Amino acid sequence: MAQSNNSIKKILIVAFALCIVCSVIVSTAAVALRPLQQLNQELDRKTNILSVANLYEPGTDVEAAFSSEVTARVVDMRTGEYTDRFDPATFDHFQAARDPATGRTLSGERDIAGLSRVENFATIYLVGDPSDPQQIILPVRGQGLWGLMRGYMSVEGDGNTIIGITYYEHSETPGLGAEVNNPRWQAQWEGKEIFSDEDSVMPAIRVARGAGTGEHEVDGLSGATLTSKGVTNMVQFWLSPEGFGEYLARFRADISPEDVQGAETDLEPELEPETEGA
Amino acid sequence: MADLTPKGVLTSPIFQNNPIALQILGICSALAVTTSMSVSLVMALAVIFVTAFANLFVSLIRSHIPSSIRIIVQMTIIASLVIVVDQILKAYAYEMSKQLSVFVGLIITNCIVMGRAEGFAMSNTPGMSFLDGIGNGLGYGLILMIVGFFRELLGSGSVFGFTILAPIQDGGWYVPNGLMLLPPSAFFIIGLAIWVLRSFNPEQVENSEFEMKENTKPKEAV
Repeated sequence: MAQSNNSIKKILIVAFALCIVCSVIVSTAAVALRPLQQLNQELDRKTNILSVANLYEPGTDVEAAFSSEVTARVVDMRTGEYTDRFDPATFDHFQAARDPATGRTLSGERDIAGLSRVENFATIYLVGDPSDPQQIILPVRGQGLWGLMRGYMSVEGDGNTIIGITYYEHSETPGLGAEVNNPRWQAQWEGKEIFSDEDSVMPAIRVARGAGTGEHEVDGLSGATLTSKGVTNMVQFWLSPEGFGEYLARFRADISPEDVQGAETDLEPELEPETEGA
Repeated sequence: MADLTPKGVLTSPIFQNNPIALQILGICSALAVTTSMSVSLVMALAVIFVTAFANLFVSLIRSHIPSSIRIIVQMTIIASLVIVVDQILKAYAYEMSKQLSVFVGLIITNCIVMGRAEGFAMSNTPGMSFLDGIGNGLGYGLILMIVGFFRELLGSGSVFGFTILAPIQDGGWYVPNGLMLLPPSAFFIIGLAIWVLRSFNPEQVENSEFEMKENTKPKEAV
């Protein structure tokens, strides 16, 4: 038996048959479960958007709440205007950042959040009337201690007061840096102000070392200095003119970005983002 | 393992021949995923599933596996099962799979699965191998749950997410032990668990590899 089992022919047959069987099983599982998984990812993202807007309670029907409360728009961060070059539902941040036509390279001291490349467009979410939103939800991301942290920040319609912050992806140390997702820490962000006065363009909001004082500081995470720094850098980057500064400036000056472009009712442009590369 | 009864095969890996405590296999994942009990439970279930079915399939085709490629055949079967588990978790328990992240994939490299496939399934019938897989998975899971229990209780003051000791951040009295949330604490707990197991089963204690002679000066011993 051992002899026949170890003949080259038998080895090839066994190896080949095993590979076929295993690959069929694996690909069946992957293909059959893909729709469910994508649904889960999408649901997770939407849950995060709702929870940063304080609209999420355990048991909320996320899909229904999301479609009734939230409007997604794509913003051109260089001008602060809305654009319909992209469909907000399919716009891919990472792809846009890589594409030279829609992203740019950050260098040296401008790259405080450690992103190296950043997109010029971003999907933002508006809660309430899209032309005069109660809340503006901005995607933020940046380096923490161990890796990229991705989350959302919710700002009031005045473009200055923070409602909340949440992270849906991070790899910080459990119990230390991962406390960025501690509701008690996150609750401190509510009511903090981004800018120190009306004319400043650079955000003043930051995570303090130790206890935060005043309306521009949040308590530092004890034992997680580098994560706290990462959070500061991230919010300072995305709220500065490099990020959403221009866009928020319109709300601070009380000029709706809508006015510049004229009213848009069609929220589902036909343009495919892929064809927009050139 | 002279007499192979189904019951013996199923239960002996839990206490007598525990994969973590006696065979000292699969330690790395036991360090990584035991910060909370619910995560430990899902990890334990995943490992039970993979060990049981890997043993079953390896045993089913054991008389056809050429000995020259047997390790890679076992690996292929194990890897396929792990991918299936990972996909199922992503589809039906997304939150959990986010917490387990890379460690589901790392079941592939868990020595318990490989060790049982090579050490047991290659030379036993499919039924016995399946039970052996379940037994070893249970033994692994038991230690995981014990470690998870102490780490979650002392590190976060809760069990299965329910607060038992109200931590001081939430206005309670208990100061959580941050060390418990870091991997080294699992070493201490596993070590203590092995001590307890060996106190009950003294036959598990290995003979000393050498004995110091009487009247030896410490300088000579080193």
